[in-house]
Amino acid sequence: MKISLTVNGKTMSGEAEGRTLLSTFLREELGLTGTHIGCDTSQCGACTVHVNGKQVKSCTMFVAEADGADVSTIEGMANTDGSLGVIQQAFQDHHGLQCGFCTPGMVMAAASLLEKNPKPSEAEIRHHLEGNICRCTGYHNIVKAIMAASGQEVPAVAAE
Amino acid sequence: MYNFEFVKPSSVDEAVAALRDEDAQPLSGGQTLIPTMKQRLNQPSKLVSLTGIADLVGVSSSGGVLSVGGATPHATVAAEAGDYPALAALAGQIGDPAVRNRGTIGGSLANNDPAACYPSAALASGATIVTNAREIAADDYFQGMFTTALDEGEIITGVKFPIPQAANYQKFEQPASRFALTGVFVAKYADGVRVAVTGASNDGVFRWTEAEEALSANFSPNAISGLTVASDDMISDLHGSAAYRANLVKVLTGRAVAACA
Repeated sequence: MKISLTVNGKTMSGEAEGRTLLSTFLREELGLTGTHIGCDTSQCGACTVHVNGKQVKSCTMFVAEADGADVSTIEGMANTDGSLGVIQQAFQDHHGLQCGFCTPGMVMAAASLLEKNPKPSEAEIRHHLEGNICRCTGYHNIVKAIMAASGQEVPAVAAE
Repeated sequence: MYNFEFVKPSSVDEAVAALRDEDAQPLSGGQTLIPTMKQRLNQPSKLVSLTGIADLVGVSSSGGVLSVGGATPHATVAAEAGDYPALAALAGQIGDPAVRNRGTIGGSLANNDPAACYPSAALASGATIVTNAREIAADDYFQGMFTTALDEGEIITGVKFPIPQAANYQKFEQPASRFALTGVFVAKYADGVRVAVTGASNDGVFRWTEAEEALSANFSPNAISGLTVASDDMISDLHGSAAYRANLVKVLTGRAVAACA
């Protein structure tokens, strides 16, 4: 079947089967490989994107369900001049990534949180990131980066 | 996963017609179904998506009853079920934010996972499960682990929850899966208290009737202090023994009652 989506503001289309996942379609049909497949079992959140403004795990949604939808991916998070967006820059400044594999999902989850809650507490950030796993266990710096991206003082987080 | 035919009807009637095909299955949020299909534990020939049916989505409240459309995601219930705060709080604790944006109440109740949260709310509230064909009382609906009163091809179109005077859900979370290792939902109505337990029993969600009687006479955590929960039918796995879960049922019931005050 033919699928048409708006991805990061651009209309894109391609061919899919019933079983084609949104993550597969983005990566293999549209060539947008910034969305990572970590576990493919809906646990790790590396594949997090926004569909019609809502954070979802793109490995656990059929692309046919997103036909006609407005999708945002990590490729749309940079500024229009190509410089890093506010959240991305904060991740760089606060060393919020080590290997970087989980980062696209972390950034998309953070963007979703800050949209609803522009000044989250540390506890709210940690709660919101429940579905995103970092195997380098860099959570403290990820939390710091999100605090910084929200314009707040970056605290000394626990267990340091 | 094996391939299948995907259809997305825009009405309940079209969905029911599409489900008449052999091996056709409904697809709601897919947060359980898609992982099981990836593992080839489930291989429908056709999936009938319910999320495009506008009539199945939404939360409304009238005459002391909160109605939730069958394909309403958990995040929407968490945000919009303010007239039944304990239910909104339960929905806001399911899975993680991405799962809550996709997973639906109808999908959860139709699957009836023994550790899912929603079955405890439906049973403790004496809710009515509304389908395309009939209305089913929660007491008749849950029939054991992954088993319900639903017939083949029957779709949950909505759930009606009588709003209690006070209610609370206590979830003891299994930290990796975020399912309930044990969860207890207590709801106090004018005509008595109902207590439903999820995550604990080999028979799925159940009512703890001894606690209901004690709490209906005296709605206080002390009222259940003399009761014991038999561990015979409790789930025993690497996360907790049967005796551990039986103890959790009592502890969490006490906490839920205390939180209602």
